[in-house]
Amino acid sequence: MTAIDKSPLAASQVDLVGISEARAGAIDWRYVWYQLRQSPLALLGLAIIAIVLVVMAGAPLIAPYDPNRLDLLHRLAPPSLEHWFGTDEVGRDLLSRVLYGARVSVTVGFAVVGISMGVGTLVGAFSGLAGGRTDTVIMRIMDVLLSFPSFVMAIALAAALGPDLINAMLAIAIVRIPFYVRLTRGQALSLRERPYVKAAVTFGARPLTIVRLHIIPNALAPIIVQSTLDIGSAILTASALSFIGLGAQQPTAEWGAMVSNGRDFLLDQWWYPTFPGFAILVTAVGFNLFGDGLRDIFDPRLRGK
Amino acid sequence: MSFANVIRRRLILLVFVVFGVSLVTFAMSHMIPGDPARMMAGERATNEMVAHIRQLLGLDRSLPLQYIGYVRDLLHGNFGISIRTQRPVLNDLLLFFPATIELAIAALLFAILLGIPLGIVSAIAKDRAIDQVTRTISVTGISTPAFWLGLLLIYLFYGRLGIFPGSGRIDGAPPLRITGLYTLDALVTGDWPALRSALSHLVLPALTLGFVHLGIVTRQVRSAMLEVLQEDYVRTAKAGGLSRPRIILDHALRNALIPSVTMIGLAFGDLLYGAVLTETVFAWPGMGNYVVQSISALDFPAIMGFTVMASTAYVLVNLMVDLTYMFLDPQIRGVG
Repeated sequence: MTAIDKSPLAASQVDLVGISEARAGAIDWRYVWYQLRQSPLALLGLAIIAIVLVVMAGAPLIAPYDPNRLDLLHRLAPPSLEHWFGTDEVGRDLLSRVLYGARVSVTVGFAVVGISMGVGTLVGAFSGLAGGRTDTVIMRIMDVLLSFPSFVMAIALAAALGPDLINAMLAIAIVRIPFYVRLTRGQALSLRERPYVKAAVTFGARPLTIVRLHIIPNALAPIIVQSTLDIGSAILTASALSFIGLGAQQPTAEWGAMVSNGRDFLLDQWWYPTFPGFAILVTAVGFNLFGDGLRDIFDPRLRGK
Repeated sequence: MSFANVIRRRLILLVFVVFGVSLVTFAMSHMIPGDPARMMAGERATNEMVAHIRQLLGLDRSLPLQYIGYVRDLLHGNFGISIRTQRPVLNDLLLFFPATIELAIAALLFAILLGIPLGIVSAIAKDRAIDQVTRTISVTGISTPAFWLGLLLIYLFYGRLGIFPGSGRIDGAPPLRITGLYTLDALVTGDWPALRSALSHLVLPALTLGFVHLGIVTRQVRSAMLEVLQEDYVRTAKAGGLSRPRIILDHALRNALIPSVTMIGLAFGDLLYGAVLTETVFAWPGMGNYVVQSISALDFPAIMGFTVMASTAYVLVNLMVDLTYMFLDPQIRGVG
């Protein structure tokens, strides 16, 4: 804080362009946390996410075995004290593979959302800020892309790129970009008219600066809600692509691929496909519950209810 | 915006979307590693034979010309020849299409018949125990990998209990083909054994696909109901002394269902997604199963044909849903 900030003159100048409003638009995390504590389901979601993150980070410490260690003497062993989740057709410990699988499956979820959110937010912010013909052209293209069924497109794209986890990830990320473009663009359109953004334009701030300082921080709430919900669905979609053979390949410990391999043993070794699939379910539930909770907090229409 | 204007706008968008889909699939078929002409000619083909096939396929022409040819073929219903089945892709897709539709309708029925009451109850009892349970069910539905749920159901109801069959559409001869929907055809022709068999085969796949959808429907109906219950006219009805069931059924539900129609329709895309997985798990001979088998055979004409057909169906369904919505919503209809 400098001395000038405290002078009444400076304060009134500041208010003219609404800097205080600009700051108020950013997220108050203390308020979010206070609200979150009122919602048991959102807290449950947060707890699940925390556990999954701990498992990802600490897999080598938590996992009882090397996930790729073969043990041909104990093939397809049922769940026991030695192997809580049983073993697969080459004797690998399924618990260890599920724990390590969190690293692959959840990382894919974050990466997909990171790519689609990063690209989509930037394109949307610039489109909304630019307005006029640029905006119209970009949005018409997005309308067309949004009209595609995203999973069908992801299948086609992943098939064309070749069966590989990275390709599957890219395919899912690309088809999600338009959602973020539209979301951020809507925010940018309304923010563009605010005095503090107009002031920044008047003073010659570059578009990138405006997007970085004003548009994105103030459009953050809906983007965070969308991306939290998207992580869950990205994990589901990536595992689905792996299940139909378009994602992770052997011997990667990826949940969808493990369910796919375990499918052949379903009737006699139920544990094989069951536990990896359960891991997908629990993780997706975590992100969806937490995302729902955040949406309830950030959506002003729901706040009073 | 008037009704006619909206339709006009949507039709223009439709043209662009179909154009976009064709552009994307065309681009993809050129991204594929390997030479399609050589693939088609087989491994022992001479260079002359490959060149001849390339000429036949038009692959020696410039890209824009190839694209024009591709669109012309699509418009004539020529989706190419499947490498795996050696039949025209369109014939294959049309053959498997009714199975997918039958599964989707059954799943949607399950989701709607159960999802609407659950959504209503959840909204009325907001934040009470039953609401928490319903919300948990709906979040679980949205978060469940359909392929995994299908496997669990097969294990339980086929493997353990032996109540329902675990794969296929029917035992024995299918009923006389009229629509291609086995249950409907069997019903119309009075083929009771076929009807029984077709229904019992339909239960588990429809449950699998429907459960994912159930979450979407419940969630949507709940939030629409919550919104409507806040409205002034509901309060007026309450103040006027109307009974609670009448307020909920006559005033709130009818208005809450209007936005729900669009959401349920838009979820058709998710239904397609789920159908691909469900059909794979249950060996259900539909388009989804077809495309997954085509993927493992690297049968690109089939994959791209599926993409074009599924996307077009998706866009058309969305258009119909939007029009239904506008028709149902008196606010929009009145302006038109």
